[in-house]
Amino acid sequence: MSAGMDTVTQTAAERRLNMIEAINEALDIMLARDPDVIIMGEDVGYFGGVFRATAGLQAKHGKTRVFDTPISECGIIGVAVGMGAYGLRPVPEIQFADYIYPGLDQLISEAARLRYRSAGDYIAPLTVRSPFGGGIFGGQTHSQSPEALFTHVAGLKTVIPATPHDAKGLLIAAIEDNDPVIFFEPKRIYNGPFTGFYDKPVEPWKKHPDSVVPEGYYKIPLGKARTVREGEQLTVLAYGTMVHVAEAVCIAKGVDAEILDLRTLVPLDIKAIEASVEKTGRCLIVHEATRTSGFGAELSALVTERCFYHLEAPVERVTGFDTPYPHSLEWAYFPGPVRIGEAIDKLLKD
Amino acid sequence: MAEPEGRAAKGEKGNRPALVLHVPEPKYRPGDTADFSHIAIGQPGDQPRPDEAVHPSEIAGLAYGLIRVLGDDNLAHGPWNPRLAPETLRAMLGHMAMVRAFDERMFRGQRQGKTSFYMKCTGEEATSIPPAMALASDDMVFPSYRQQGILIARGYPLIEMINQIYSNKADKLKGRQLPIMYSSREHSFFSISGNLATQCPQAVGWAMASAAKGDSRIAASWVGEGSTAEGDFHSACTFAAVYNAPVILNVINNQWAISSFSGFAGGERTTFAARGLGYGIAALRVDGNDALACYAAAEWAANRARGNHGPSLIEYFTYRAEGHSTSDDPSGYRSAQEREEWPLGDPVNRLKNHLIAIGEWDEERQVAMDLACAEEVKATTKEAEKNGILGHGLHHPFHTMFEDVYEELPWHLKEQAEQAIRERITKFGTERPFG
Repeated sequence: MSAGMDTVTQTAAERRLNMIEAINEALDIMLARDPDVIIMGEDVGYFGGVFRATAGLQAKHGKTRVFDTPISECGIIGVAVGMGAYGLRPVPEIQFADYIYPGLDQLISEAARLRYRSAGDYIAPLTVRSPFGGGIFGGQTHSQSPEALFTHVAGLKTVIPATPHDAKGLLIAAIEDNDPVIFFEPKRIYNGPFTGFYDKPVEPWKKHPDSVVPEGYYKIPLGKARTVREGEQLTVLAYGTMVHVAEAVCIAKGVDAEILDLRTLVPLDIKAIEASVEKTGRCLIVHEATRTSGFGAELSALVTERCFYHLEAPVERVTGFDTPYPHSLEWAYFPGPVRIGEAIDKLLKD
Repeated sequence: MAEPEGRAAKGEKGNRPALVLHVPEPKYRPGDTADFSHIAIGQPGDQPRPDEAVHPSEIAGLAYGLIRVLGDDNLAHGPWNPRLAPETLRAMLGHMAMVRAFDERMFRGQRQGKTSFYMKCTGEEATSIPPAMALASDDMVFPSYRQQGILIARGYPLIEMINQIYSNKADKLKGRQLPIMYSSREHSFFSISGNLATQCPQAVGWAMASAAKGDSRIAASWVGEGSTAEGDFHSACTFAAVYNAPVILNVINNQWAISSFSGFAGGERTTFAARGLGYGIAALRVDGNDALACYAAAEWAANRARGNHGPSLIEYFTYRAEGHSTSDDPSGYRSAQEREEWPLGDPVNRLKNHLIAIGEWDEERQVAMDLACAEEVKATTKEAEKNGILGHGLHHPFHTMFEDVYEELPWHLKEQAEQAIRERITKFGTERPFG
């Protein structure tokens, strides 16, 4: 089942969007529906964002709803917390996830704990959008996947879409959520579902069934994983770009894998994970982020603690290496088909 | 790598002088005789009061001078005299006396083991109460940790403050926050953080939101001079200037950040008010022990913000008369003489003497008022103690520990809450050993 649509038979009425268009549409809809939604970030106003996610929104909704900010992530998140305390629903953009660190104190010490420390007096209903991940020759400062820094923080939610359909529905849900949400957009798949075979031509989204994006308002609940495909031999837990890479490898190897796109890391859909691993008895975890203390470690621990007696083999993690993201050697860093294939072989060998 | 042209000829050092690292050192340490005669305090009434719409560059002098109103003759002087009615002045004095009485009792309560921590604002009462009175009651304040005066000026019940300090079962913050980290949305008082200066950009954001909505309410933040070194303070200044936000950024220069004197925040080089000038923010430097000057500066900045003329930065030049908190002993790092030698006197005495000088108050009434404040605090403390004191078990229902992390309890917190209850039953034989 794909994104809630059993079959995708293309009709003239079906609209196919890439992920940027789907995100832009979600923002447009929320600006129109809720006068308290406000978008701000570096270059997001007149220009429409370096990845075009906010293109046209300032012209349509006005300069006090969609505007540029100083180059100050601390300031962007800090003022967003204050706006949330006022009663707005800010959707700040951090231009690259790699730039988010100056805003961490405001996210970790302030936004994440505001509801708790004020016993509900104040909340921080922010949705921090930020492109993340590599595979675009962005070097070490435009390629990182820092999701585990945020999943470690009590009070934050972390959401990562893998398709245009999900990007729209999850972003609308994130904006309406009353808790602070980190919304990481896998920029490698903004324009097409990259499969990890970087030497082959990139397929555009319009050939993928999950590029069919309904018009208007819809939500995908946070905390619900998506079964990309059902299978019997092993369970793959992935999110973002790696959903597509893992799927392509499984198809290429002829492995009958059940692939779960987690969509939300916190809160995590533990029931879907348990059900799948109990069925297959083997679990492969794939993420692009560095390995040590990555979110894969949490997933591995959860699967081991909760599904141990169903496991036929040790849980396998496929991740980026524990190095900065190297510019010229990014495909050596990237957890691509060879690394994933090797892990699958290991999982299935007995 | 090739040597730059000319470098080899000069050699690695040549005859260049050795560099010297300057590590700031306060003038006086324990045992020293304090002498503050080097501090230029000017004369009451000597600073001009410009129109609130003025361009910041035209009033640069106010960032280096000191706005003062109350003179040694105890009378109000010059254009910054806010000309407040005697009943307003008496209310101001009453709030300041109450804060002082409250601080005395709570400090003692901590020493008696009723709570873990307390922070007095002794000597700084004029930096929170008069500014709070100059603002509208629904203007949003983003305080730091030494602005209990705002809550008292806004009529927040003393018993709620004490319940919070005791983390008892009536604590509205459910025992989650360090004592004195109050929050009251009802009083437009933002939740106090323990991380420094984070409230500055938040106040700017609140003010931006208010402006974006066409509201008429403004915002104000308070931060210590030491914390102006944080990036958040500078982000706040940048955003306030860029968006012409209706906000007042108050800097309380009380000379000391725990044991570090203001030199470690740059105070040896320039004033803290002057930081506003580089951002194009209107900057005022005020005698922080002069309640009338403090009121007048806040009123000026509030008018400026409300008229869409932009943000202001106010430095309140004052002195932290006591330790940073119950956790430090100032006699270990500064001269005990400083407090009495401080050239700007005591803010409560100065306001009291002014009221007496204009024939609106007398010593007898002051004594009676101080006594009444002490009695009220004492009685309220006893009342609050019925709700429990820290560590005596009368806290909120145990499960509240897991609530409000998120709007709804996710599965992993449900599991952890169950575990915590199991641990409790193992330890005490019951989930609610204290009723």
